[in-house]
This record gives sequence, C-alpha cells and structure tokens, in this order.
Amino acid sequence: MKYAYFPGCSAHSTARDMHDSCLAVTKALGIELQEIDGWTCCGASAAHQTDRELAVALASANLLLAQKMGLDMVVNCAACYNRSKVANAEVQHSPALRQSVADSLGQAYDGAVPVRHFVEVLVKDYGLARLRKQITHSFRGVKIAAYYGCYLVRPPDAAGFDDPENPSILESLIDVVGGTNVEWSGKVDCCGGMQNLTRTEITVRRSAAVIEMAQAAGAECIVVACPMCQTSLDLRQTDMATLLGKQYNMPVIYITQLLGLALGISPQALGIDKLVVSPATVLQAIKAG
Amino acid sequence: MTIRIAKRKATGGLLKAVEEKAEVNLSACYQCKKCSIGCPVADQTKSPPSEVIRRLQLGAGDELLQTELIWNCLSCETCYARCPNQINFPAVIDALKAIAIDKDQAAPQGNAPLFNRAFLNSVKMYGRSYELQTIALYKLGSGNLMQDLEKFPSMLIKGKMAVLPPTGADAGKVKKIFNKAAQRKGMGK
Repeated sequence: MKYAYFPGCSAHSTARDMHDSCLAVTKALGIELQEIDGWTCCGASAAHQTDRELAVALASANLLLAQKMGLDMVVNCAACYNRSKVANAEVQHSPALRQSVADSLGQAYDGAVPVRHFVEVLVKDYGLARLRKQITHSFRGVKIAAYYGCYLVRPPDAAGFDDPENPSILESLIDVVGGTNVEWSGKVDCCGGMQNLTRTEITVRRSAAVIEMAQAAGAECIVVACPMCQTSLDLRQTDMATLLGKQYNMPVIYITQLLGLALGISPQALGIDKLVVSPATVLQAIKAG
Repeated sequence: MTIRIAKRKATGGLLKAVEEKAEVNLSACYQCKKCSIGCPVADQTKSPPSEVIRRLQLGAGDELLQTELIWNCLSCETCYARCPNQINFPAVIDALKAIAIDKDQAAPQGNAPLFNRAFLNSVKMYGRSYELQTIALYKLGSGNLMQDLEKFPSMLIKGKMAVLPPTGADAGKVKKIFNKAAQRKGMGK
C-alpha cells in the first residue's frame, strides 16, 4: 500500500499533531506514504475567495506531481483534501478552467488523479477487519461524538466522501477502537473555522453550538479529521468562556490520535500534549486488550 | 417579503458578471429557500442566500456588494449541497467578493480580503503558507494587535506554531502561477 502524500502547510505548524499522528499510525500499520517532493500550498480558502483560476491552478500543481509519481494522492488535512477534489471536478467540468490551468502551469491537467483522505485509506483500503486485529487498547465505555464539519463531505459531487448529510466512516473507526458513538445531529454542521481570525465571534458562536450539541448527546470527547475544526473547537473554548460564559472542557481529538492510542502508540508520539483542552479523562479510560 | 431593487442601471446589474465568473445559471433558482434555511450565518445577514440570488435576478447593481453575507459567509457549502438545482452559491459569493475587491468596494468591516492577501503573500514568497507571518501581517493591517495574543506563548512552546518560514517547496513554480494570474487580471479577464 503506497501513496503520494500531500501533508499541507498546517502539517508543519498548527496541525503538527495531525501530521505526526498520521505518520505514526501509517508506520504501525505498514502503510507507505511517500511525501510529494517540492509540494506547494493548495491555495486553501484564501485563493478561491480571491481568484478562482488561481485557486484551481495552485491545487492542480500538486496533483500533477502526484500524477508523475503514478500514485493516488493521500491528504490528511480536510481543507487541502477539499481543494484538491474541487480542483479535479472544476478542471473536468470547465474547458475554460482547464485552459487557464494549462496556461498557468505550462502543462495540461485533466483532473484525473484520484484524491483520497487518509481516513478513506484506513477504512476502504486497509480495511476494518484487518485494523481490528492490530488494536491493543480499547476505549470501551467512552462516549464519542464523530464530527465531520464541511470540507470532507461538501460539495457532495466533488468530495464523494460519504453520505453528505449523515456520514458514518469516522464512526466505523470509533467502533473499531471500542468507543461508543453518540447519536447527534451536529456532525456535518460548520464550526465557523473560516472566520477564525477575521470575524472571530462567528467562529466562537458556531463552535460553541457544535460542542453544545455533542455535550447534549452525552459525548465525553469530539473526534475530528480536519485541522480547522480542531483549532476552532479546541483553541476557542477559552473564548467561549469569555464571550458566552460557558466552560465546556470538551477534549477535541484527531481520529489518527485516537487510533494511534488504540494501537498502543505513546501519547507523546501522537502529539497529544499539543491539544489545548486536556484529554486526560479520555486517556484514563483506555484499557489494555 | 417584498424585495426592493434600485432602478436598473444602464449596465444591467451584476447578474451577467457573476454568472460568468462563477459559471452558474441563476435563472435555475425557483426560491425554495433550502439554502437560506441551512445557512449557518443567515441570522447575521439581512439578505440570506436565496435573497441574494433573487436580487441578482432582478438586476441588482453595486449596492449588493455591501451585503453582509459576502463577508460573513463561511464557505461551508451547505447551500450548494442542498440546492435541488445544483446552483453553486459559494461560487456566487466568491465572485461577488472578487468583484467587490476589484471595484474597491469590499465592506470595511470585512477583514477577509486583508487576511487573504497576507496568506497569499506568504504562499507567493515561500511556496507554502507561513502561518506566523500571515498572522503578523494581518494583525498589523487590521490594527487589532492584541487579539489572541495570550494564546501565542503556549502555542509556541507546544510547537503548534512554526517559528521559521517553510522550506522545501518549489517556490519558483508558485511565483509563476501568481504571475500568470496577475497577467490575466491585467488583460481585463
């Protein structure tokens, strides 16, 4: 199992824990991620808000590199995943954009490189049955809210990730590590992450609404697969206390961290210490075997 | 609800420019309002998504560029996902943003253009986003230096904010992509 790996810019900064835990899990499972040499920024939300052709060209540059490697591109950052999938769809559907991408990059791109989120690789390629055999520690009795946010599931046609209104792929992984999935209706709601620095109050209120729903469903922690969701839900809890007077103390953990713990990997190697809200209660609940 | 539109100007409003930029057909909208019902910031705007489309259909001009939704939008794409006619409304918002910036009519309270510029500047410089520089430039530009300052020490200690600029990207290629985009703009595209 070998893939072209696109880490994304935040992998070396605000989402180092996401990146580190992903690599630790691949090492434990024998999945080979070959980092794309010379990869560049996908353009994120700033490019598509500024210039649509620029946004598609920036994302296509990396897809062309993956094409040269002859491998599927694996992305762990939900935002980069989204931009890459959207670039594929736009290049396929719009001759004008295809032309402009060719002009920007000096070579043609047809939008055909398969883009996979790391969670898809775990569930669909590696397989749940095989994964279950590797589990050494269990989250038995821990109530967990699987949270998808926007980028993994929307727009549905381009993302093609899972059911856009009621996805269940994260739940299938939580099930494998022995956790109890709570039923809740907030899992594809927006955390407001895009306004995190620009209109912070929108983010604080949106993220608080998501945490409140998870809490009402009995969740003891929220599991995410997107660095923007993680940052908004975790880092902004102090602002929720200031702005809304609510102290949630809700740990927000990457799915790769959760899985890594269940595989017996040390919390340190998974970047657990980088979380803002302490997941101590969740860690204490882990049982061997 | 009654929607009032200023008399159609000689230019014919923004409809054509938006439809071309976003590659959408807004006459497909029959005002089912699923977009507005699902919009997480509809309560913070006078014109929710379906109304912005209606205003465009009716020939709204530059006054529409002042609508809060353009800069409150979260790009969550819920409107697009739920539209029975697959109208890409987030692309409409992106087009309105680009038009507002081109016409120098971006709402002053909308700091998104400033943030986007700071972000894209670092990408152009290093080939990858340099978060610390983006935040510093954004803070200098917005004048809101104190915002989130208390969070930085722990983020730096935890290694959750890289101090040094990113290395390893093919920055030359990215510069070329940006130059091509600037050329297209120069040609009035």
